[in-house]
Amino acid sequence: MGTRDCQHQIAMSSPAAGEAGATGDWRTERPVLDPALCLAQKQEKEACQLCWVYCPDLCIARGVPPAVLLTYCKGCGICAEVCPTDAIAMVPERESAAAAAGGAR
Amino acid sequence: MTRLVDLPTQEHMLPGNRACAGCSLGIGLRSILKALDGKAVMTVPASCLTVIGGMYPTSSVTVPWLNVAFPGCAAAAAGLAAGLRATGRDREMTVLAMAGDGGTADIGIQALSGAAERNDDFIYVCYDNEAYMNTGTQRSGLTPAGARTTTTMLGKRENPKDMCRIMEAHGIPYVASTSAVFPDDVYDKLARARTLRGLRYVHMNTPCPSGWSFEPRDSVTVGQLAVDTGLVVLFEVEGGVFRLTGRSKTLAKRGKRPPVADYLATQGRFKGMSPEAATEIQRWVDGRWAEYLRRDAAGATT
Repeated sequence: MGTRDCQHQIAMSSPAAGEAGATGDWRTERPVLDPALCLAQKQEKEACQLCWVYCPDLCIARGVPPAVLLTYCKGCGICAEVCPTDAIAMVPERESAAAAAGGAR
Repeated sequence: MTRLVDLPTQEHMLPGNRACAGCSLGIGLRSILKALDGKAVMTVPASCLTVIGGMYPTSSVTVPWLNVAFPGCAAAAAGLAAGLRATGRDREMTVLAMAGDGGTADIGIQALSGAAERNDDFIYVCYDNEAYMNTGTQRSGLTPAGARTTTTMLGKRENPKDMCRIMEAHGIPYVASTSAVFPDDVYDKLARARTLRGLRYVHMNTPCPSGWSFEPRDSVTVGQLAVDTGLVVLFEVEGGVFRLTGRSKTLAKRGKRPPVADYLATQGRFKGMSPEAATEIQRWVDGRWAEYLRRDAAGATT
């Protein structure tokens, strides 16, 4: 979050991630990527990357395989829907939290 | 045509914005700002887009952004363009006016029409989510026939305005229709528009999970089906020459489109629609599609 600076004559915002807070809180299901099924992983190069292209919230980092940034992921499930090999599954948040047992949220 | 995997990796938006989960506006805006290489200054009226812009003192976009009054999006952009020209910085950055369908076709149309008449030097993007979504889904001039909104409880009776034809009639250098869920198409059109001068108008269909009543995960598939059925057509008109692009061009070659009923069935807003009304929409879409094919063929020969 930015801080208020009363020296400016007009109200001006500064860019920052998490303008609406950690929007990962909104999520009821989390995307879990199975690298064995991922096309990029199979071809061992930055191929496909459709999940990165279509994520409206910039929560997927390009890569082999792409990585999900769970702090801000709203859990919309678009990545799972556009994945050509169904490598991404939407797992209910409660189950995945139990599985991770205190892992990265 | 740019391949999806080759889209620039530099982002000009930040995660954690206030947009609904699955909002396709995020996908579209990412492509738009990539095509402008982040060298843009935006004017935005009251709309869902201000939600992505964010609340003071933080913003989720890394380009300069001006929140303006609802009817004044194009007027403010015209002023910015004049200011940049006066200070000799008009080649440095593009002025991007971006408004929703209400802010374009209803409330903002006089300022837009005036700017088009003067051929002011900026890009105007109308992201069309087919109702006033930010205020809770009231019908707009671009809501399709049959769609239920909070002000058309039994489905809207009128067909939407054809904004692209309205803008074409102004004789501006570039008019394009695209869809937010075709990021490659959005990117190519904005990259093309960036190289031109004068008023460039891009109409972007933007599927809205909460307003259209479908699951957030289906944003991309619903948007793609809209293009496949011919309700949304991807095209560009440059210097008066019409050209189908991307998926719509492929569909024209194939000569077969899925029925509009397939698209209507994906969304809650068309629930309870009579079969006659669905047939009427199909007829309307077919008529428009034939006209697009005719213009595409005419454009190919010029």
